[in-house]
Amino acid sequence: MEPLTWGEIFLRVVTQLTPVWIALIVVFALSITFKRKLGLYGKLFDSTIGMIGFGLVMFWVFAGIFGGPLDMIITHDPLSQISGMKNKPPGTALRSPDEGEYAYFLLGGDNLARDVFSRVIKGAWIVVQIAPLATLFAFMVGITLGLPAGYYGGRLDTVLSFLANLILAFPVILLFYLLVTPEIVLTGIPNYMALFLFVFPLVFMTILLNARYHTQPSLRTPLLIGVIGILGWLYLSLVSTNGAVVATPTYTVPGLPRVVDLFDIDPGILVVFVSVVFVNSPTVFRIVRGLAMDIKTRDYVAAAQTRGEGPWYIMLWEILPNARGPLIVDFCLRIGYTTILLGTLGFFGLGLASESPDWGTTINSGRQLLRAFVHPAVVPAVALLTMVLGLNLLADGLREESLRD
Amino acid sequence: MVLTALCLTFIVFWLTNLYPNLEKLAKTQGNFRMSDEAVASYLEKNGYLQPLPVKFGQWLGVLPGWTQEADGVVTGKCFTASTPEEDRPQFCGVLQGDWGVSTVFKDEVGGIVAERLGLTGKLMFFVMLLMVPMALLIGVLAGMREGSKLDRSLSTFSIASTATPEYVSGVIFIAVFASSAGWKIFNGSATSAMEDATFANFTLPVVTIALYGMGYIARMTRASMTEVMTAQYIRTARLKGVSFGNIVLKHALRNALIAPFTVIMLQFPWLLNGVVIVETLFNYKGFGWVLVQAAGNNDIELLLAVSVVSVIVVLVTQLISDIGYVYLNPRIRIS
Repeated sequence: MEPLTWGEIFLRVVTQLTPVWIALIVVFALSITFKRKLGLYGKLFDSTIGMIGFGLVMFWVFAGIFGGPLDMIITHDPLSQISGMKNKPPGTALRSPDEGEYAYFLLGGDNLARDVFSRVIKGAWIVVQIAPLATLFAFMVGITLGLPAGYYGGRLDTVLSFLANLILAFPVILLFYLLVTPEIVLTGIPNYMALFLFVFPLVFMTILLNARYHTQPSLRTPLLIGVIGILGWLYLSLVSTNGAVVATPTYTVPGLPRVVDLFDIDPGILVVFVSVVFVNSPTVFRIVRGLAMDIKTRDYVAAAQTRGEGPWYIMLWEILPNARGPLIVDFCLRIGYTTILLGTLGFFGLGLASESPDWGTTINSGRQLLRAFVHPAVVPAVALLTMVLGLNLLADGLREESLRD
Repeated sequence: MVLTALCLTFIVFWLTNLYPNLEKLAKTQGNFRMSDEAVASYLEKNGYLQPLPVKFGQWLGVLPGWTQEADGVVTGKCFTASTPEEDRPQFCGVLQGDWGVSTVFKDEVGGIVAERLGLTGKLMFFVMLLMVPMALLIGVLAGMREGSKLDRSLSTFSIASTATPEYVSGVIFIAVFASSAGWKIFNGSATSAMEDATFANFTLPVVTIALYGMGYIARMTRASMTEVMTAQYIRTARLKGVSFGNIVLKHALRNALIAPFTVIMLQFPWLLNGVVIVETLFNYKGFGWVLVQAAGNNDIELLLAVSVVSVIVVLVTQLISDIGYVYLNPRIRIS
């Protein structure tokens, strides 16, 4: 068969992405119809920049969801190699396609004869999973430590700020090179860090609910038992693998038995996740601390203090809601930054397996032959660029809209 | 500051001295099929199995270096068996100016780091030369008239440039300007630029690093410029009938450049990241490339020297930006 022309490639890619377009249209139609009732999210649709950013981000989110767990968009298996397709340019036809097999490599083949298009879509799923979740954890850590540091000040603030500055003074790449290696995984340090970092959401939720409802024990007690139970179970499932929390060649720390363990995380992914959270949380800490120091001088905080509210109530239910604007904007920016960090890790071949379809790893494997074959590295590079650009534009739109009122 | 530097080097020291890392070091130095006993004896012989604080003290030079006697031959951290008895120093550490020996390059660490830093310094000089004026120009032009078409397009450009990490822009630049599919204007490799930097082999790495940092500085400049342009004294100047160009250049610019100065200084640590990526991508064997080599091979003493240098760079730039901020801002200087 003849190779496809660029126009045909474009049309076929667009057709292949049909589920994404449908989902995007539905989301935009619903959001624009009800935009007056949706608060800050609705106001986003008043700014063109915000809408473009949101569209780009949602495009990759939907591409990830439909392509990843639902297996809809991809044309070939991202890991299988098809003979004769090594480094072939975009639009090359398969030599002898089987019955029902997609007959073309839409965006060409990489140096191991795998389909670039399918790998980029599968890679989107990895990024869409890890980046927001890691950012969320970093925010939990940053908020739980930053609020008291800013509110109380004093020695607590000095110690925590020193630690945060210590981590910030580390060049990120050096830290990654030291932390994200198979040798470090063997020592169990990532597991200990996971134990420490992942406990923060649990602590945060407990304090949050307790501060609000501790005057009504009949409501608080069952609520807390429920929340701690569910989050605790998730936490224990998250940190324990094969019935152990920490498993090194010399000793193991027992964890949740395998029967009740909900899911296991690959140690390679865990160490990537933990180090990304670790690198991001000091910056969030500094932002939250600064906001808390600013807001604690306001009159409504003084009013709450006069009412006799406890310190945690003031921090979590008076200061935090009033700091939400800058935090939401930073959250968007930070997801983009986390995506860049994940790409950096992949680019240096750290953490994730070398056949993993995530964008950083693909760029890394494509760059060796970059001067001869451009497409295996450029396609994921453009994907990463558009995703981060979308997040930045989204943050910019949110900032403008939240400043307007 | 000294405390921070000390803590950080200790963390690096601890991480590189974990047993699996030492085992890897022993295997790369010896051979890959070493038995566990051979690994242990190699480490013992080279003094790696002492307690961590002791080793750290020796590296710093506050504790005497280890010595060992086996088969009548005395070896030690500070000398080899062939050094004459009277030349053997007791202390050899960073405080004595001895940074140790690199296990990868088989050379003095101090020399390697100094040489590579020079190469990276050359790269950084050109990056700064391109990045700072461009970023300030974009920021000032965009912030001059807030909300204008020029502002919109320049702001979008700076957002796009912050959203493009070096490994993405580098790959795209090589694809467009240095591959068989695009135009072959520049070289995709900067190895030859180490001796003799030309326009063809040095442009792409410099532009790649400069682009990522540029957007951020430009955005900061724009923010501070728009703030200054709404100030009372600018309005007074306009009402007096001073021309717009004069207002921007003579009245606004000086005050608007205080905030970007801090940002430019704080960009140094970020540029370090960019340097590592770009030097790997373009195969330019500078400081970042050494960092990758040292970390990849667990070359403890080289890695320590690299991290000490980079931590000092970070801390010094923080200090300069604090001092510079006070010096430049009359409101703080006078009070």
